[in-house]
Amino acid sequence: MQRLDPLKESPSQTAGPYVHIGCVPNFSGITGVYPADPGAQMVTKATQGERISVEGVVFDGTGTPLKDALIEIWQADAAGIYALRDPRGPGDPAFAGWGRKAADFETGLWRFDTIKPGAVPFPDGRMMAPHISFWIVARGINIGLQTRMYFPDEDNSADPWLTRIEHQNRVPTLIAEKTGDGAYRFDIHLQGPQETVFFDV
Amino acid sequence: MSDGAFFPRDRSRHPPAYTPDYKTSVVRSPQKALISMPTTLSEETGPVFGHDMLGPLDNDLIQNFAKPGEMAIGQRLIVHGRVLDETGRGVPGVLLEFWQANAGGRYRHKKESYLAPLDDNFGGCGRTITDDQGGYRFRTIKPGAYPWPNRVNDWRPAHIHFSIFGSGFAQRLITQMYFEGDPLIWRCPIVGTIPDRDGIESLIAPLDTNNTIPMDARAYKFDIVLRGRRSTMFENRMEGN
Repeated sequence: MQRLDPLKESPSQTAGPYVHIGCVPNFSGITGVYPADPGAQMVTKATQGERISVEGVVFDGTGTPLKDALIEIWQADAAGIYALRDPRGPGDPAFAGWGRKAADFETGLWRFDTIKPGAVPFPDGRMMAPHISFWIVARGINIGLQTRMYFPDEDNSADPWLTRIEHQNRVPTLIAEKTGDGAYRFDIHLQGPQETVFFDV
Repeated sequence: MSDGAFFPRDRSRHPPAYTPDYKTSVVRSPQKALISMPTTLSEETGPVFGHDMLGPLDNDLIQNFAKPGEMAIGQRLIVHGRVLDETGRGVPGVLLEFWQANAGGRYRHKKESYLAPLDDNFGGCGRTITDDQGGYRFRTIKPGAYPWPNRVNDWRPAHIHFSIFGSGFAQRLITQMYFEGDPLIWRCPIVGTIPDRDGIESLIAPLDTNNTIPMDARAYKFDIVLRGRRSTMFENRMEGN
C-alpha cells in the first residue's frame, strides 16, 4: 500500500526561560542586532479603526504571575479582513494584524496597543463575533497554548465558535473585561477553577 | 498553493502539557481537555514577513553582536536545512528565529545565573527567512551544555532554540535542535517530554560533512516539519482555488 503524507510535524519543545533572546532581544537588553523587536508596534497613524489596549497577566496554578511568558496575537483589521492570505481581498495596508509582547519581568503584565477587529466568517459562512487569537509560550509550557479573546461589548451569543463549547460556564474565561474607554483586561489562568479554555485547532 | 484547513495536529507526537520530570510544567500545564475546533480564517491566515526586514548579519551569530573586526568564541558551525510541511512541500517565506547559549553554555539574559562567563562578542540571537524551496542557513558557534535547576544534577544537551512561523497562525511552533551524538540528549527531562523516540530523533541534527566548509566551519542539517493543509478545491467555501 502507498503511504499517506510522509512527514510528521516536528515535536514542540518549551520556549524556555530565555525566549526573549530570540524573540524580543531589544526587550531583553540585547540591542544593536535588530532595529526593533518584531510585532512590538501594531498600529500607526494610518491604521483604520478604533484604538484599543489589551493587557493581562498569565497565572500559574498557584496564582503566581508568569514573569517569563511570551504572548503573540493575530487578528483581523477593523473591517474583519486578515492582512495576508485572506481570500476576501486585501485588508488595511497599515495594519499587519500580528503582535508580540513579553510579560514584564517584575509584574508579569503584558499589553498590546491595537485596534478592534471586525467580524470574520466561520467556514460555513456564519459570522464569528470580533475576536483576537492568542498563542502563549513560556518555560514549563511544552507546546504553545492556543486561545481566543472576545469582547464584552459585542454580541457573542450566536458566535459559532463559542457556541460549540460544551461547558458554557467556561465561556466567560474567553471574554475580556472592559476597564475603560477602549481598554480591555484579559487574564489567562493555566489551571484552577478559572482555567482559561485552550483549543486544539 | 493550498489555503485550506490545516491537518489536525497529531498530539501524540508532541509533549503533553503535564510532564512532572520537567518540574516547571506541573503548575503551568492546563488540566482540562483542550477544546477541539476546526480551523477558520483566524487560524488559516497568519503573519508573513518580507526579506526586507532582515539585516545582512541577522543570520550570522558569529558576527551580529561582535565588535568590528572581532568574532564570537567557539566551534564554528553552519546550520542549514529546509522547512517542509507534512505533505513534503517546502514552505517558502517562513521567518525562523533562533537563540542559544554561548560556547560555555551561558545565555546573555538577566535571569541567567550560571557561572560560565559571557562572551563580549556573542549575543545569541539570529533570524532568517526561507527561500523559494523552503531552505535556510545560518552561521553560529556550537552552544555549550549547561546545568539547570530541576533535579539536583540536570544538564541540558547542547541545543539551539527555533521559533518558526508558517503560512498560518495555527502552524506556529517553537522547538529545539540537538546535535548528533550528544549523550546528554537521552538524560534530559525536557527532551524526555517528547513521547516517543522517533519524535526525539527528528530533532537531532546530523553532522553534514558534504556541506562542511573545509578549514572553516562544520555543517549540521536540521529540517523542520510544519502542519500540512488541505486544498480548498472541493470544500464548500465562498471562495478558494
